[in-house]
Amino acid sequence: MRLPLFWLTDYVDPGMEASKLANRLAMTGTEVDRVHAHGVTALENFVVGRVLEREQHPDADRLSVCQVAIGEGDVATIVCGAPNVAAGQTVGVALPGSVMPDGTKLKKAKLRGIPSNGMILAEDEVSIGMDHAGIMVLDDDLTPGTPLADVLPISTDVLELEITPNRPDCLSVYGVAREVHAATGQPLAPAPWATDPGTPGPIEGVTIEVEDPEFCPRFTARLFEDVTIGPSPRWLKARLMAAGQRPINNVVDITNYAMLLTGQPLHAFDFDLVAGGRLKVRRAGEGEKMLTLDDAERTLDGSMHLIEDGDGPTSIAGIMGGQRSEVQPTTTRVLMEAANWNGPTLQRTSQKLGLRTEASGRFEKGLAPEQAMEGQIVATQLMLELTGARLVDGTIDIGGEGPAPVTLRLRDEKVTRLLGTQVPIREQADILEALEFGVHDAGDGLDVTVPAFRRNDVTREVDLIEEVARLWGLEKLPATIPGHGMSARLTTEQRLRRRAADALVGAGFSEAIGWSFQAPELARKLRIDLPAVKLRNPLSEDLSVMRTTLLGSLLNSVRHNTARGTEDVRLFEEGSVYFDRPHGRTPTAAEARSTPLPDERMHLAALLTGRLHPASWGESNPPTADFFAAKGVLETVLGALRVPFTVVRGSDPFLHPGRAARVLIGGEDAGWLGELHPGVTEEFDLGRVAGFELDLSAVLPHANVAPLYEDLTSFPAIRQDLAFWVPADRTASELVEVVKGAGGKLLKDVSVFDVYAHEGRTSLAVRLEFRAGDRTLTDEEIAPQREKVVKAVASKLEGELRG
Amino acid sequence: MSTATADRIAQLRAEGEAAVASAASTTDLEEIRVRFLGRKAELPNLLRDVGKLPPEERGPVGKGANQARQALQAAVDSRQAELEATELESKLAADIVDVTLPGTPVTPAGHLHILTATRREIEDVFVGLGFSVVEGPEIDLAYYNFDALNHDVHHPARSEADTFYVADDVVLRTQTSPMQVRQMELQAPPLYIIVPGRVYRPDNDATHTPQFHQVEGLAVDEDLTLGDLQGTLLAFARAIFGDDREVRLRPHFFPFTEPSVELDVSCFNCKQGFLRDGSRCPLCKGTAWIEILGAGMVDPNLYGYVEGYDPDKHQGFAWGMGIERIAFLKHRVPDLRMFFENDLRLLEQFG
Ligand SMILES: [Zn+2]
Repeated sequence: MRLPLFWLTDYVDPGMEASKLANRLAMTGTEVDRVHAHGVTALENFVVGRVLEREQHPDADRLSVCQVAIGEGDVATIVCGAPNVAAGQTVGVALPGSVMPDGTKLKKAKLRGIPSNGMILAEDEVSIGMDHAGIMVLDDDLTPGTPLADVLPISTDVLELEITPNRPDCLSVYGVAREVHAATGQPLAPAPWATDPGTPGPIEGVTIEVEDPEFCPRFTARLFEDVTIGPSPRWLKARLMAAGQRPINNVVDITNYAMLLTGQPLHAFDFDLVAGGRLKVRRAGEGEKMLTLDDAERTLDGSMHLIEDGDGPTSIAGIMGGQRSEVQPTTTRVLMEAANWNGPTLQRTSQKLGLRTEASGRFEKGLAPEQAMEGQIVATQLMLELTGARLVDGTIDIGGEGPAPVTLRLRDEKVTRLLGTQVPIREQADILEALEFGVHDAGDGLDVTVPAFRRNDVTREVDLIEEVARLWGLEKLPATIPGHGMSARLTTEQRLRRRAADALVGAGFSEAIGWSFQAPELARKLRIDLPAVKLRNPLSEDLSVMRTTLLGSLLNSVRHNTARGTEDVRLFEEGSVYFDRPHGRTPTAAEARSTPLPDERMHLAALLTGRLHPASWGESNPPTADFFAAKGVLETVLGALRVPFTVVRGSDPFLHPGRAARVLIGGEDAGWLGELHPGVTEEFDLGRVAGFELDLSAVLPHANVAPLYEDLTSFPAIRQDLAFWVPADRTASELVEVVKGAGGKLLKDVSVFDVYAHEGRTSLAVRLEFRAGDRTLTDEEIAPQREKVVKAVASKLEGELRG
Repeated sequence: MSTATADRIAQLRAEGEAAVASAASTTDLEEIRVRFLGRKAELPNLLRDVGKLPPEERGPVGKGANQARQALQAAVDSRQAELEATELESKLAADIVDVTLPGTPVTPAGHLHILTATRREIEDVFVGLGFSVVEGPEIDLAYYNFDALNHDVHHPARSEADTFYVADDVVLRTQTSPMQVRQMELQAPPLYIIVPGRVYRPDNDATHTPQFHQVEGLAVDEDLTLGDLQGTLLAFARAIFGDDREVRLRPHFFPFTEPSVELDVSCFNCKQGFLRDGSRCPLCKGTAWIEILGAGMVDPNLYGYVEGYDPDKHQGFAWGMGIERIAFLKHRVPDLRMFFENDLRLLEQFG
C-alpha cells in the first residue's frame, strides 16, 4: 500500500522524517518496502506567480509570452503554450533549476526566438492531477513569491507498506495512522467518520434485498440527488495521485478516497439506471453471464454472488461493477453502496474468474462489518461538500454491525513466561489503549476488549501478548540459550550418507542437485516405464512428472557440462525419487484417512564420462570411463561404508546389454551398475557414460559401523597364486565363490589378478591368502587346502589348473 | 723373517696403496684389486706359501703379509665407496628433467554442492546446540502442510497458483514445516529438532525456483521464551556469518506462530549500510540489516493437533530459513537457477 505522508499528517504527525518513521514502523510490525519521493524536488524554485501581461508570440500562434511577477519585485518572461493563460491569473511557476517529477531539470530556454525563464504549471506537471489541457489557476489572494509547496502538495514522501494478511485494517490511511500513533506516541486525530451527516431509516423509492446474509453480513446504501459530476478539487486529486490512484470524476474519486482513508471499498450506482430502484444480492445461476466494467463478458456459477436490479445483474458482488449502472457525466442521482462480503467465498470467486480488483483484494482478507458504515459516512461528507448533492433521508443498513466485542484476560505472568522478560503492567495497558483496545485492571493482569477492526486477528491471550511485545520493543528482549541440557548428534544413517558423499568427492566426483520434476519425455528417452507421480498443476509439461530415477536429471547435468566444452565429467547426486505405489511405512492417523502418499526413496547415483584423469605430457591418452571405472567408484563408496556387495549380470533397458549389472547387498537388489546404452547416450548427445544408482534404504542398513578387531599382524599370511582355464561362460565371481567354498577356514581372501581369453576359454588367475590367528603357516600345512581348491574348480566349473 | 721378505711385503703394500689412491674409476680399482689381492697376486701367494717357510719365519711372515693384505683391502673398500659416490653424482648430474613441466595429474577431488555444504554447516551448528536432525516426505498431505499448521481452508497459500498438487489432499510440500506436527506425533516434549529438506512452489525467475531448500527448526518444552528464540538464532547467525554479528527481531505474521517475527542479521558487507567508497551497500540496500529467516513462538493451536502436547503447559519456538538464501548471502551466486544447472565451473568454486 502507498501511504503519502502529507495525507497521514491529516490524522497524526509522526514528528520524525520519513526514513525514521519507516524504521519505527518496521520494528513494530508494519513492513516498509521503500520510501520514495512523489512529485517534484528542488522546491525553492517552485513559487506562486501572477501573470502581469500576456502577449501573442510573434512567430507562433499557440504560444503566449507572459510577464510573470514571481515575488520581491522580480518579473520573469515566460513563454507558455496553455490556451487558458491570461493576464491577472495567479499561477504556479517553476523557475530554472526546478526538478520535475520525472527527474528532468528545468533550464532557461528560447522558444521560437524568445527567451523563457521558467514554466507556468499544469496539474500533471507536478503530479497532483491528470489535467494537461491548461495551466492551474490559483486563488487570487496568494502573494507572488510564496513557495508553491506551502500552497499545493507538490512534493511528499510516500511509504510503500507491506501489510501482512492479518491486518486488513492497515490497508487504509487512518488504520496506519492508528499504528503510527501507537508506535510514536504522537496524538491521533478523531476518526474522519466521527460526524455523520446522515440519518437512519428506510429511503423512499429504494429497495435492497440480501438473499444470502452469510455471504453479505452487511449492506449499506445512501441516495444522493442533484449531483453534479465534475472534476475533484486539487487537494483530493493530489491525495489520490500520491496514493497511486488516477482521478476520474468527483463521485468516483470520492469512492476511492473513502476507500483509501477507511479501508472500505464503495460502489456508486447511477440510481436512474438502477431498474426499478431495487437491488438484490443473490447467488448467480449456473452459467449466468454478465458484462463487467472492464468490457468483458463473464460466465458465473452457483458458488458466486451478484447484485441485480429490476433488469438483471449489475455487479459481481464485491469484485466489479457492471457497465449498465455506471456513473455517467450526466448522472444526477447516485446510490452509494458500502457493503461487507465474506472473504473466503469472495476469494474463491475472484480466483475462478481470474478477476482480482482493489476491492476484492481487500474484501478477501476479511473486513469488519463496522467499516462499511465508516466508509459510507466519509463518502456522505464528501458527496455533500464536493458534488452539490442533497442527501435523501434514510440509510439502508442490512445486517448491521458485527458480533459484540470480546474481552480477553491478559495474565501478567503469561506475558513474562512467553517473552522471557517482564513488561511493566502499566506499559502493557498503555500499549493496548493506544491500539484502541479497551483495558481494565484484573486481579492477575488486564481485561482487554478487542476493537471491531481487530476482531478476526486478536482472539486469544497470546495474540494480545504479541501486540504488547511488538510495541514494547523486541529489541529489549534478552538473548538466552535454552537450558535444556540435551545433546544431539546426527543419526547413523545421516552420518553414513555424509560419508558416502565424501567418498565420492574424494574419488573426483562433484555433487549435482537436479530437478525433482521432469518431462514425461525423459522416461521415454531412458526406456523406462515406472509408476510415476504426476503433478496436477505443473509449471510446464517439462516439469510435470516426479522423477523415478536420478539418471535423467544427472544425464541432463552431464550434458549441460559437455555442451559447454567440459569433456571429462564426474557427477553424483543424492536425492529423492518417487514411485506411485504404496510406501510400506506404518501410516500416521492422518495418512490412514487420506489419499495414500507415494513411495519416496533416497537414491545415490554417479555418472562419469570422458577421461578418468587429465591428459598430460607424460600420458597423452589416459584411460576413459567404462564399466570397470564405474565399478571401481562403486567399490570405493561401498568400501567407505563397509558394505559388502556382489554384482550379477543385469538387463536394465537403459544400459549396454553386455555391460549391465545389478548390485546385490545382503542378497537383495540395491540398484544398477553399468555403461549406458549408446542409444540412450545418443539422445543426450553424449559419448560413453558409465555409472550406478543405489537405493540407500537397501544399502545403509548393511554398513558395518562398529567393526570388531581382527588380528592381521601377529602372524604373517601366506599367499598362493593359482591360474585356471575355465569355460568362457564362467565368471570371475563364480570362480571366487568356488575357491572360497573349498579353501577351508584358513583361507581369508581370494582376489582375481589376471584375466585373458584364449580359444573359447578364459584364464583366471587368483591370489589366495591363508592366515591363522595363532601360528605362522607353512606351505606344507596349506597344501591339502590347495588340492581341495583345485579339485573343486575342476568338478564345479570344469576348470583346469594352468601349467 | 728375512729382511728381503719383510721389505717385499712393505713394498707391495706401498705400491698397492699408491695404486688404489690413484684409481680413477671403479673399473680401474677392480683391476688394481685383482693385481694386488687377486688369486694370482703376489701378496696372497706369500700368505698361501707360508707353510713352506722355515718354522721360525712362518709367524712373522704370515702376520706381516696378513696385515698388509687387510690394509690394502681396507684401502680398496674405502676408495670403492668414494668412487661409487662420485660416479653416482656424475650420473645423476646428467639425468636432468625440465622441472618446469607440469606434474603428473591425479584425479582431482570433487566438490560437495554449495547447497549441501551450506546445509551441513547449518546442521552442525544446531546439532551443537542440541537439536536433532529429522527429515520427512517431500510429497505430503495438505493436512500436515496446511491444516495442522493453522492455515484455514481458504488460506491463499493453498491455491493452485501457490502449491503443486498431486491429489486434492496431497501436495508437494511448500515448506519444511509439515514435519513439525509429524515429529510431534512421534515424540513427546521436550522436542528440539531441525528439518532440512527440499520444498516446492510454482514460481520460476531469478529469485524464485520451483524447488528450493529450507531448514525448519522446532523447540517445544515447558518454559521456552521468545528470548530463547532470539538467543538460539543469535548463536546460529554468529556461527554462520561471523562472531561480530548482531541480530534483531522484527514483528511479522505467520499462521503457525504467535508472536511471529522476522530475524535480521547485521550486514557483514558494510559499515552502517555504506561501503568504503561511500556507496550504498547492495547486500543490505543501505539498511545495515539483512533479513535471513522467519520465526516465532509456536501457535498454541498447533498443540491441539497432537496428543501429549498441552497449550497451557508447553511453549516453544519455530523458525524456517532458506538454504539458498543463506548460500546466496555467503557466496553471492547471482541467480538462484544456477544452483540447479550443475555447471562444474560453478560447482568447483564451492564445497
Ligand atoms: Zn550492507
